[in-house]
Amino acid sequence: MSEVILKTENLGISFGGLKAAQDVNIEIKKKQLYGLVGPNGAGKTTIFNMLTGVYRPTTGHFYLQGEDLTGKGQEEINHKGIARTFQNIRLFNNMTVIRNVLVGLHNQPEFKCSMVESMFRLPRHFQCEKAMRERAKEILRVVGLEEERNFLSCNLPYGKQRKLEIARALATNPKLLLLDEPAAGMNPQETADLMDIIIRIRDEFDMTILLIEHDMKFVSGLCDEVTVLNFGTVLAQGDTKTALNDPEVIKAYIGG
Amino acid sequence: MAKSLKNIKWKHYLNYIVIAVVTILFAIMSMSNALTSSTIYLLEKIAIAVLLTVSLSVVVGFLGELSLGHAGFMCVGAYLGGKTACLLEASLGNGILSLLISLLVGGAVAALCGVIIGLPALRLKGDYLAIVTLAFGEIVRSLFLNSSDASFGGPLGLDTPRYDKNVLFIIAFVAVLICLAVIQNLIRSKHGRAITSIRDNEIAARATGINITKYKLTVFTIAAFFAGIAGVLYSYSNYTIQSAKFNYNYSIEILVMVVLGGMGSINGSIIAATLITVLDVELQTILTGETAVLQDLLYALILIVLVVYNNAPALKAFRERNSMKNFLRKITKAKHDPAHRADDEAKWDRVPTKIEMNEVLSTEFQPTMSTLEPDRKEDL
Repeated sequence: MSEVILKTENLGISFGGLKAAQDVNIEIKKKQLYGLVGPNGAGKTTIFNMLTGVYRPTTGHFYLQGEDLTGKGQEEINHKGIARTFQNIRLFNNMTVIRNVLVGLHNQPEFKCSMVESMFRLPRHFQCEKAMRERAKEILRVVGLEEERNFLSCNLPYGKQRKLEIARALATNPKLLLLDEPAAGMNPQETADLMDIIIRIRDEFDMTILLIEHDMKFVSGLCDEVTVLNFGTVLAQGDTKTALNDPEVIKAYIGG
Repeated sequence: MAKSLKNIKWKHYLNYIVIAVVTILFAIMSMSNALTSSTIYLLEKIAIAVLLTVSLSVVVGFLGELSLGHAGFMCVGAYLGGKTACLLEASLGNGILSLLISLLVGGAVAALCGVIIGLPALRLKGDYLAIVTLAFGEIVRSLFLNSSDASFGGPLGLDTPRYDKNVLFIIAFVAVLICLAVIQNLIRSKHGRAITSIRDNEIAARATGINITKYKLTVFTIAAFFAGIAGVLYSYSNYTIQSAKFNYNYSIEILVMVVLGGMGSINGSIIAATLITVLDVELQTILTGETAVLQDLLYALILIVLVVYNNAPALKAFRERNSMKNFLRKITKAKHDPAHRADDEAKWDRVPTKIEMNEVLSTEFQPTMSTLEPDRKEDL
């Protein structure tokens, strides 16, 4: 039995009278690929926002490796080890690709360099910059963007921007990576490519990944376990095949 | 050592070198009494404008927050530094030591105000922050305007000690170099990347774990510090401080220099600050008497022309065609930039002429093989 990375206990949030999510219990183990699916407006991104500290849950708690992170700020949660990507891409558009990743590396303890050290160009600054660049190139190699590292990130095609967002999240050295619709807007070739990359990330970085996706082929091809949400409540949970073939789930998707 | 010298990117340090060389040249000229007092005054004005513009450009250009209270920080620095100089004159005399102490005091108090203004900046965005900073500038100005005669001179202004004119502008330029070094080194480091990431996408920066509070406060503090230094230099350069000088028009004038120099470009800020200061002073000396009314008009017109020249697409293309780089390439016949090759090899004679276009657009037009074929070939 491998270690539990993320555990949520009756996690829920309501906006006024609207219960956007309630009683969500998820348990994700180390190196697991976990899917979060459901029709539009089911509350998937809301759960992501709670897990990253954008929203404060109104009920329940969530634990990262046993540590309660409920109600912590976004920055602190990132430091503790949860990184995410966004549904609508949010890159640093006026920066080059490699710089986007370097910003992700900003808080890593091995690249610590105080503001004074940078201002007066002490040796530590140069060591740190060099080491950061090496590491950033390594991460870019994993997602296959090494060649484009000096392009402005806004000039990348859509699929590559998504990959860059994953690379930036990866650079913060998370224990748990949250991917919000990573394959949205990708063609079949790019989607297959992305599946490879996600598996490679899991293997090379021992990463645990929780992802939201509408492409069922993508989900069933990658995820070991899924949670299906509808109107903020859990509809089905467990092994991907069984959960997705649940009559309730099919009903929620196609109606009837 | 030789190897490490080779590795230095000289391009990055060009602005220090240019400013240092200019300073040394003018220093030599002032030693040999070749400079008129008006030239020296102009040099001081330029140094002060550069300090203000470079420090504001960190807030506006790199952090991406609109601040309209930069003259307020300068005002704090000018009054506090000037007062310190007055107090020190009795004990320390009017030497370099008292100048340095008053520079530090002026800068430090302005930096403190920067922290105070930085705190709401964490909560407010865009226009709202602009209003708060604008209000800050006006509050500071009216505080000093209504102070008692004994403290800060009130409406009459504060008289400050004089300093050797031949030396003051050199000190001002040294201050510019220090400011440039601190700000440029900060921007070209991991901390600078964090600051620009906040400008580019604050939500993503937060999710990436950037400590937004820390960086916003730091930027406001550093910018205010150097604005304070500029204020102290201003008080030394003018012998007297009138609070009317630091109204919001002056803040906007600094902002104009930043915008004209290009957001997020330190060298651009330096050039814009120098040009606008020289322009302003030249207009004041050339247009006197009857024509003095034209000063503001011409100033505004030249600003409009500069902005259009910088931003109009047609002019941009014109500048690109006639740029120094292109000219040098023609002379040296250097290898063509591969990025432009695709453009050059495209068959521009195939672009339809006006008559052809009319044909295409007319309803009677029937596509024939001859009109379609060339395009298809290019596709293959």
